[in-house]
Amino acid sequence: MTEVRKLYDANTDLSSPCGCGRHRTQHEHDHDARNDANSNDAQVLGSQAIESAMVRALFPADGMRRRFLKAVGANTAMAAIASVLPIGAMQALAQDKRPLEKKDLKIGFIPITCATPLILAHPLRYYAAEGLNVEVIKTAGWALIRDKVLNKEYDASHFLAPMPIAITMGVGSNAQPMNVATIQNINGQAITLANKHKNSRDPKQWKGFRFAVPFEFSIHNFLLRYYVAEHGLDPDKDIQIRVVPPPEMVANLRAGNIDGYLGPDPFNQRAVFEEVGFIHLLTKELWDGHPCCSFGAPTAFIKEAPNSFAALFRAVLKGAALARDPKNRKTIAESIAPANYLNQPVSVLEQVLTGRYADGLGNVKNDPSRIDFDPFPWYTMATWILSQMKRWGYIKGDVRWKDLTEQVYLLTDARRHMAALGHKPPAENHKKIIVMGKVFDHNAPDAYVASFAIKRV
Amino acid sequence: MGLKAGALSLVIFLFFLGIWHATTVTPARSGGALTEYEQLMGKSAGKQDGLPTPAQMGSAVKKHLSDPFYDNGPNDKGIGIQLAYSLMRVGAGFLLAALVAIPVGFFIGMSPLLYRALNPFIQVLKPISPLAWMPLALYTIKDSATSSIFVIFICSIWPMLINTAYGVASVRRDWLNVARTLEVGVFRKAFQVVLPAAAPTIMTGMRISMGIAWLVIVAAEMLVGGTGIGYFVWNEWNNLSLTNVIFAILMIGVVGMVLDLMFGVLQKFVTYVE
Repeated sequence: MTEVRKLYDANTDLSSPCGCGRHRTQHEHDHDARNDANSNDAQVLGSQAIESAMVRALFPADGMRRRFLKAVGANTAMAAIASVLPIGAMQALAQDKRPLEKKDLKIGFIPITCATPLILAHPLRYYAAEGLNVEVIKTAGWALIRDKVLNKEYDASHFLAPMPIAITMGVGSNAQPMNVATIQNINGQAITLANKHKNSRDPKQWKGFRFAVPFEFSIHNFLLRYYVAEHGLDPDKDIQIRVVPPPEMVANLRAGNIDGYLGPDPFNQRAVFEEVGFIHLLTKELWDGHPCCSFGAPTAFIKEAPNSFAALFRAVLKGAALARDPKNRKTIAESIAPANYLNQPVSVLEQVLTGRYADGLGNVKNDPSRIDFDPFPWYTMATWILSQMKRWGYIKGDVRWKDLTEQVYLLTDARRHMAALGHKPPAENHKKIIVMGKVFDHNAPDAYVASFAIKRV
Repeated sequence: MGLKAGALSLVIFLFFLGIWHATTVTPARSGGALTEYEQLMGKSAGKQDGLPTPAQMGSAVKKHLSDPFYDNGPNDKGIGIQLAYSLMRVGAGFLLAALVAIPVGFFIGMSPLLYRALNPFIQVLKPISPLAWMPLALYTIKDSATSSIFVIFICSIWPMLINTAYGVASVRRDWLNVARTLEVGVFRKAFQVVLPAAAPTIMTGMRISMGIAWLVIVAAEMLVGGTGIGYFVWNEWNNLSLTNVIFAILMIGVVGMVLDLMFGVLQKFVTYVE
C-alpha cells in the first residue's frame, strides 16, 4: 500500500520512465519486478501498476498532480479518483488477463434456446478472443450433464438454475460443490398441451394428466408444481410428472405418451410448428423474470483454473449482452439453428427469440419479452429455488438459506466481471420476486414455505 | 435361380417404392397468399409433414453420401465419421470381449467342474439388457466414452463365452483319446486338437456377439451422445427429421450386413468336414 500512497504523495516524482514509477530506469524496474515476482507479490504489484498508470494518465504533467494533491489533500484525491474510475474493476480485469491455467476446455449444453449466450460465444469467437480453445458439446439430457460434470468430462457447463444447488447439497447425486457464474436466460419456457386438450384449458380439469419436465431439479418442475397447486391439484397425486429430456418432448407429445409439458423452447414452439400441440401459457405469465438455465462449473475447477474460468465468464457475459439486444435476435436465430448447435428450423427459433409467434390455436401473438438473457445471478432466485425444494420434500430439515445461496451463486464475481465489461450490473443483491401474484420474502423463506396449502414438509 | 431371385428382389423393391410413393406424396398446396399465422406455422417453406417421399429420401441419401467426411465442429460431422466412431467403439468393446471370453470359455469348456460352478453366474448376467449397465458404468468408470465401450464389452462377451465353452466341451471324445494315446502335451492338445475342432462354434459365437454389439452401440450412443451413428439418430430425432432418421436406419442396416458377411467369410475358413 505504501507504493500506492506514493502516487498520492505530493512530494514524489512520478516522471520516471519505468512502468510503476518507483525506479529511475526500466532496467531497474525489471530487476525489482523479478525479485518481487519471486516474493509472490506480483498480484499486488500488478494492481499498483494499474493505479499508477491511471493516476499518471489523469495528470500527464507531474507538476500538475503535485499541485492538485497539495490543494485538496491526498485522501480526498484518492477517494475522488476512485469514485470516477472503476479502479477495482480494472485491476480485477487485469489480474484476469494473467496466464490461463487450462486452454482446451469442454462445455456441455442441451440444445435449447436457453443456452443461447454460451453457444453464441462459440461462433462469435468470444472464447477464442480470450485465448481459450472451447468445444461446446451437445448433450442428450440433464442427467448426463450432471454425470459428465461430476466425472470432469466437462470443465464447465450449461445447467438448470437449480442443479448446482442440488449437486452442492448432494440431493440426487453425490455432493460436490458447484457454482453458478451467470444465469443464462430468464423466461422462455411454456406449458404446451396436446391438441386434443384445446378445450380443457382450466387446470382443474387436468386430473390424471401426464406431464413432462426436463429434470427434477428444474425451474420447470417447480413452476409446474406451483401452478397446479395454486389451482388445487396435488402435483404428486392428481397429475403425473415425468422427466423427459427436452429434445424428446415433442416426439412423446405426438405419440400421446404425455398430455403436455412445461418445457424449454424451442420445443414448445416446435410442437406448434409440427401441429401436435398448442401453447397454453408462457411461464413469464406465472413469474415474469424467472431464471431458467445457468452457466456454471465445479468449485474445484474454479479453484484450479481461476483465470481460465474468468475468461469463460467474460465470454459468456459477452454472449448474453449480445443476445439481450432485440435487434440481434433474428441473426441469432440463424446462427444457432445449424446441426452443430440446436438443429432446428430457423423459423421456430425466430418465433421464440423475437416473441412474435403462432400459439397453435390460430392466433399470432406478440411478446418481445418471451425470452431474455439477463445474466445476473440474483441471490433471491436461489433462495426461491431452495424454498420450493423444501416445499416439495426434496430437502428435509433446516436449510442454511443464506449460506447456501451465497456459496453457490457467484453474484459478486458476476458483478465484477460485468462492471469490467461495461455491462452496468445492478447494485443490489436481491430483487423482488412475485410468483402468481404472491410476493416472496427472501428474509423469511421458512414462513413462505409454511404458507402454502399443498406441500410435502 | 440366382438371376430369378435377383429379379424377384428387384420387383419386390419397386413394388415397395411404389406403395411408399403413393402413400406419402401430398397434393401441392393450392395458390393464394399465406396469412402470417400460416407462415409462422411453416406452410410456405415446403415443410415436410410426416414421412418423406422416395424422391426426398433419395436426395437426402445423395446429399449425405456425397460428402460423408465433413466436420463442422463437435456436434455436426459427416455420416462417414459417425460410422467410423461407432465402428471403433464396437471394435474396441468386441476385441476386449473376445480377449476375455475365448480364453475363459476355453478353460470352462475343458473343465466340467468350472463349467458347472460358473454357469449360474453366466445365466444371471447374460439376459441383462446392456443399457441397464449404463448408469452403473457412468458412475463407476467416470468416463462416457469408456462406458459405451464397456457396455459393448459386457453384452458381446456372453455369446462368445458360452459358444467357446460349448464348442470346447463337445469336441469328439475319439479325437481327445487319440491325442492321449499319442501322449501329446497339454498345449499341443489345446491348440492342435481342441481349438481347430471348436473353431466353427467359437466363430458362430463371435458372429452373434458382433451382431449384438452393433445393435447395442446405436442405443448406447443415443443415451451418451457426442459422436457415432446413434448420436446422429438422436440429433435428427431432436430435429424430428424422419428423412435423416430413415437414412441412418439404412446405414445401420448396411453396415450390420457387411459386418455379418465378414464373419460369414471367416467362418468358412475354419469350417471342416468330418
